[in-house]
Amino acid sequence: MSNKELKIPRMADMAAAGQEPEILFWVGCAGSFDARAQKVTLAFCKILNEVGIEFAILGNEESCTGDPARRAGNEFVFQMAALQNIETLKMYNVKKIVATCPHCFNVLKNEYPKLGGNYEVLHHTQLLEELIGSGRLKIEGGGSLNGKKITYHDSCYLGRANGEYEAPRSVLEALNSDLTEMVRSKERGLCCGAGGAQMWKEDEPGDKRINTERTDEALTTGAEVIASNCPFCLTMLSDGVKAAEKQETVMVYDLAELIVDNNGL
Amino acid sequence: MLQQLFFAIVAIAAFSYAFRQFMTIRRNILLGKEEEISGDEGQRWKNVMLIAFGQKKMFKRWIPATFHLFIYVAFLFTQIELIEILIDGFFGTHRFFADKIGILYPIMLNTIEILSVLALIGTFVFLARRNLLKIPRFHKSEMTWWPKLDANLILIGELVLLAGIFSMNGADAVLQKLDPEHFHDTGFVLFSGTFGPLLLGGLSEGVLIIIERFGWWLHILTVFAFLNYLPSSKHLHIMLAFPNTWYARLQPAGEMNNMPEIMDEVKSMMGLLPEGDAPAMEEELPEFGANDVFSLSWKNIMDAYTCTECGRCTSECPANITGKKLSPRKVMMDVRDRAEEIGNNLDSGHFKWIQEDLRNEAHALTKANYDDGKTLFDYISNEELHACTTCNACVEACPVMINPLDIILQLRRYEILTQSAGPADLVPMFTSIENGGSAWQIPDDRDKWAVDAMSKD
Repeated sequence: MSNKELKIPRMADMAAAGQEPEILFWVGCAGSFDARAQKVTLAFCKILNEVGIEFAILGNEESCTGDPARRAGNEFVFQMAALQNIETLKMYNVKKIVATCPHCFNVLKNEYPKLGGNYEVLHHTQLLEELIGSGRLKIEGGGSLNGKKITYHDSCYLGRANGEYEAPRSVLEALNSDLTEMVRSKERGLCCGAGGAQMWKEDEPGDKRINTERTDEALTTGAEVIASNCPFCLTMLSDGVKAAEKQETVMVYDLAELIVDNNGL
Repeated sequence: MLQQLFFAIVAIAAFSYAFRQFMTIRRNILLGKEEEISGDEGQRWKNVMLIAFGQKKMFKRWIPATFHLFIYVAFLFTQIELIEILIDGFFGTHRFFADKIGILYPIMLNTIEILSVLALIGTFVFLARRNLLKIPRFHKSEMTWWPKLDANLILIGELVLLAGIFSMNGADAVLQKLDPEHFHDTGFVLFSGTFGPLLLGGLSEGVLIIIERFGWWLHILTVFAFLNYLPSSKHLHIMLAFPNTWYARLQPAGEMNNMPEIMDEVKSMMGLLPEGDAPAMEEELPEFGANDVFSLSWKNIMDAYTCTECGRCTSECPANITGKKLSPRKVMMDVRDRAEEIGNNLDSGHFKWIQEDLRNEAHALTKANYDDGKTLFDYISNEELHACTTCNACVEACPVMINPLDIILQLRRYEILTQSAGPADLVPMFTSIENGGSAWQIPDDRDKWAVDAMSKD
């Protein structure tokens, strides 16, 4: 464990002290409340602390971006949530946001501008790539992932929705892992099954669950680690690994967790 | 002279009937809502050149892409020969270009023949892929007898076209030696120059002329038939692929279209609009989203007419792959079928298609007073719509930039916003976002994780 004290400042406290952070960390609903995703949130905070980035979270002032409501068809609920968030972000004069959830990232980046909210928005894997590239974040050699067989699952909302396939892969490369691609990857990556508000509803009748289909594909690569960049994919793939009874040998991690693990933060 | 007259009559009839059919398709596409699509012409040209003209997205699957390229390029080049056939047909000339473009003529003929042989191979491969190989995307449930027959008819038509070209050129090659005065020397042409004399050599001039004319007429009549078959077939992509890629959306795939009418309403509720800017209250309850071709954008309908039912979208769809009812291709086929149904009813002009309460005052059936008691929901079930994960795989897969997801999302909006229906499972999520600002109903503070972690540290 790092000796450094964990610092997770709230926007309201910083504003009260007359400070403005470099970047706002958008935690998202999953990152805030889902026990598994909380670990990713913390891992990412540790990295930000480690490299000394001044960041803040909104805490209770953050609300759902409205993504699942909009994709389910409920534009009213989306607009209410989104306009509320835009007011909050305006109040704190937020210009730059990083999100650990590609759904939040997509909505903040691509959909809030039409509602009057314009920000520079990054997905955490993009920021991690930037930090590694600039040397601010050093990846320790011979870490836990060194030479380990790993496969990477493209989330739909970072991948196809925003065309970002390279940033997460360059992070994995920096970790010196043995990346084995699944048959369906990048533009052809298969969804985990959670998007478009599916997370909140039962599956429609079918032969198989989508997450099982995807996990089976990941397992055939023989990878010990399935890397993902989205809290929902993380849940779906972890469930898939459990369903295949492989949870003892195959782990599903977010890229931020892999870095924390490698560097022993 | 008689031949010329006959040709002129057939050609004019074919062109005018086809023109009428294409105008009907244009009308059907414009049944959709107006939507201004413009801007960034540079990117739009790039899309047309790379994706439509250059077949870029086809090459994600290189085997069918290669054979498709053979047929496509052969089709493009044969247009030159087609122009010559039309000139010859109208003016009674024979191989009009032969003595006018010099060395280019044999180059053209050779190019077309080589491409035609490649297209012939491509056509056989496609017939085999459709009928012999068990390629799943050609056998999904929406591929009923007509879509399957449609695909085969086009391929068979292709074979007839090629048979026409080769018998015409083959007989011509022999005739050039027998009667150089009437049959211009076209120089050596690879396939017909070899196989023509080999197979037809020794036949009398009369018989050869009949074969040459037979090939010529077979070719041009098939072209005319094809032109008139096109509007009712799945094959319209040969034309619509170009405008469809031009008008394709340029924003990131993840961006859903905003609904300014709802945004303004919510802004006014939240006191975010300046005084006096509040949206005017409408008398009638407004309809949100889409339930029929009238409420979709014209671009959605053009997408449907552009679809050639290749099924790449469906074969990449996670819902379809795992046995759910959703098939993006079926969504596109349904939209087209529905547009055709409405179009045909409008053409009938029958008063029974006029909205009941307007039937007495109405003077004519129009798209504004149309009501047949049906909607797109009679074609596309809620189960299909609910299975979509909005993953954009179908959008990414389409070689001609069709967007099934956009239609699915508009139908979902109608279901939730206008019908107040939709999956009951989703209600708690809506309520907790609305009331608690979180997608789950959780009593904890949103930053409890941070407080806990810092106190442990």
